[in-house]
Amino acid sequence: MLSRVADSIYWLNRYIERADNTARFVDVNLNMMLDLPPGVTQQWLPLVTTTGDHELFMERYGEATADNVIHFLTFDAKYDNSILSSLQIARENARSIREIISSEMWQEVNDFYLMVKDAASQIHVDMLPDFYRQVKRASHRFAGVMDATMTHNEGWHFGYVGRLLERADKTTRILDVKYFILLPSAQWVGTPLDQIQWMALLKSASAYEMYRKQQHRINPSAVAEFLILDHDFPRSINFCVSRSEKSLHKITNTPVGSWSNPAERSLGRLCSRLGYCTIEDVIDIGLHEFLDQMQRSLNEVGGNIAISFFGQDVPEEEREEPLSQTQSQTVLLEKVYGLT
Amino acid sequence: MQLETYDPESATYYDELFEAVGKPRPAAVPLLEWMQGLNPKELQQHHQTAQIALFKLGVTFNVYSDTQGVERVLPFDIIPRIISAEDWQWLEQGLKQRITALNLFLNDIYHDQKIVQDGKVPAEIIQSAPGFLPPCQGLEPPTGVWCHITGTDLVRDRNGQWYVLEDNLRVPSGISYVLENRRVMKSTLPKIFQNLAIQPVDDYPSHLLEALLNLAPPYLQTPTVAVLTPGIYNSAYFEHSFLAQQMGVELVEGRDLVVVDGYLQMKTTKGLRRVDVLYRRVDDTFLDPLTFRPDSLLGVPGLMEVYRAGRVALANAPGTGVADDKVVYAYVPEMIRYYLNEDPILANVPTYLCWQEKDRDYVLQNLDKLVVKAANEAGGYGMLVGTQASQTEREIFAKKIEANPRNYIAQPTLCLSRVPTLIEDRIEGRHVDLRPYILHRGDEIYVHPGGLTRVALRKGSLVVNSSQGGGSKDTWVLTP
Repeated sequence: MLSRVADSIYWLNRYIERADNTARFVDVNLNMMLDLPPGVTQQWLPLVTTTGDHELFMERYGEATADNVIHFLTFDAKYDNSILSSLQIARENARSIREIISSEMWQEVNDFYLMVKDAASQIHVDMLPDFYRQVKRASHRFAGVMDATMTHNEGWHFGYVGRLLERADKTTRILDVKYFILLPSAQWVGTPLDQIQWMALLKSASAYEMYRKQQHRINPSAVAEFLILDHDFPRSINFCVSRSEKSLHKITNTPVGSWSNPAERSLGRLCSRLGYCTIEDVIDIGLHEFLDQMQRSLNEVGGNIAISFFGQDVPEEEREEPLSQTQSQTVLLEKVYGLT
Repeated sequence: MQLETYDPESATYYDELFEAVGKPRPAAVPLLEWMQGLNPKELQQHHQTAQIALFKLGVTFNVYSDTQGVERVLPFDIIPRIISAEDWQWLEQGLKQRITALNLFLNDIYHDQKIVQDGKVPAEIIQSAPGFLPPCQGLEPPTGVWCHITGTDLVRDRNGQWYVLEDNLRVPSGISYVLENRRVMKSTLPKIFQNLAIQPVDDYPSHLLEALLNLAPPYLQTPTVAVLTPGIYNSAYFEHSFLAQQMGVELVEGRDLVVVDGYLQMKTTKGLRRVDVLYRRVDDTFLDPLTFRPDSLLGVPGLMEVYRAGRVALANAPGTGVADDKVVYAYVPEMIRYYLNEDPILANVPTYLCWQEKDRDYVLQNLDKLVVKAANEAGGYGMLVGTQASQTEREIFAKKIEANPRNYIAQPTLCLSRVPTLIEDRIEGRHVDLRPYILHRGDEIYVHPGGLTRVALRKGSLVVNSSQGGGSKDTWVLTP
């Protein structure tokens, strides 16, 4: 398979998944804000912070009002990770590999893009929840159509790896949103509001129902465990990386457990770390710190995939930086909250 | 539907579907009977369904000058153009004859130039044609074919007489619209296809693939074929990817290719892989910066060397543009007589060559009646339609002609035939042309039944190019 094509199908999937997750972020925040006691200021800044593009946002918008944040993340054509831009990039990628993907996949991407583009020009605030639902559904439809209409060949595996790595990264960020929303008001921990917020968080990862079947009671460390370590829930980080590893080895035919290039090695390391980790270990390190390490490792895997397969040269010092447009979060969080 | 009152204005125009008011041509009868049963709303609905389907399929083209929203859908008109079986058989013969002669001409021009030595075509015309590429001198393309894929432009005058307008031997586009238009027509109006014997068009990709595979050295069991595109911003990108997909071959860009160890190779996730046949949709002079334009980023450095060594086949062969020169075009009937010793079946449009003094004087005196064309422009650019131009525009063109007479030809204004076309909620006649696609495989020539009917949607306009407000129609060739 052409390196350029592998690169395009990988990013096509990443950007579709990115749009999906951005919709989840915003939607869950919309919901959480509705449940806040009257008089408490709405918090929209953490949302921008978790994307890693805080600086850009401040420069462009100044104040983190609901309108500003929603516009930035959803319809800002000049921001590469907004839903609108993600779809634009996804579609450009799809367009450049139309002969590789199935016509049905192309049609889904095209419809998806047109839907978002139309919405961008005419949407009203009241329609937002419905819009985010549509974004999630369109992303699911794309994934389903890809599974059902494209041969599960090398190209498919590259796409699947892209989707899973993006999802793993975003799950770490969804967990972080909650962490920082609660942080300024530690006295709320354990209150009904806390419960509601954890539920909202699970819902934003489409994990609420599945979690309930497994865990019944909602408590923070069990939620974190479910979203980080669960083997079988398709949005957990562990699931995403272990399935990516399988796909990557399908591409190279190297047996799982060994490696033939830097991508396999860094992904293998990440998999064993998650595979043999308990939630107690995570809490020992600190949830936020752990999530940050995960993000760095995921970025490293992404960088190594570009080097090993797409013929790209990523300088050593940038290997742990997020691919494409996002930046590492920690630096920014430190700036925003004065954390160390 | 208001078909009984549709006025083909038969005194002034040749209408492809009607002989006179209320009198359809025999080939059009079944279609029109079906249409009679529809009310205008239904037809419009079908029209819109088809349009939306094309948009959703992403059947788009890009316009170079248009920076905002570069993709557009080629407007599609629901009323097809119909060609009778007899007309088609005759056209097919004419096209085969013409392509055969043109191919012999190309081979001759890049070898001994006998036709020049025998005084049939002036040497200076060949030498000064920008499409004539000296680096192609002496090349021996596999199977001896230079123009594998041709998209000849045909028009009909007011008396119904067919003419060849252009030969398009370089990288003709438009076939994807033929296939997609038909697909949409079939799903929008399935009934009419059940009742009428229309020649299918879906097998073009198989014929094309066959023609390309035919170019690979016979000792290769599974040759690698690829389509070379300039990239997603090219106006015909949709078509490039469509054809690659339909043939199941790789679509590559210049940056995917590299010459290593004397072979053309593509960069894959598993290292380099050899390419044996390249259906290139990149213009000649962009193919190889080492041989042609050094600033080209679309091609592959060293490609021509590999080609010359016979280690890769290119379709079409570089150098065919010489015969697309509109001055050289004027000599095609002569070529047919010279190489085949036959009379041309298809006529050329009478052409005045401005480099000849007598012709030039006539052209300058009759600018208001003629269509003047730059010898090397395509897509409706660089053209003056004298009857519709202003005095100032004509004066500007006169200066251009005097400054560079070799670069201009003039032809009488043909009154292109018309086809009833749905314009909002009315049916009106609009001018059309026809571009059939011809595949030359060495041992045989295949003419794809039908081709692309382009329609000038602006009232009275004779310019059918997609870049200038043209649309398209499905083209039905009836089965004998």
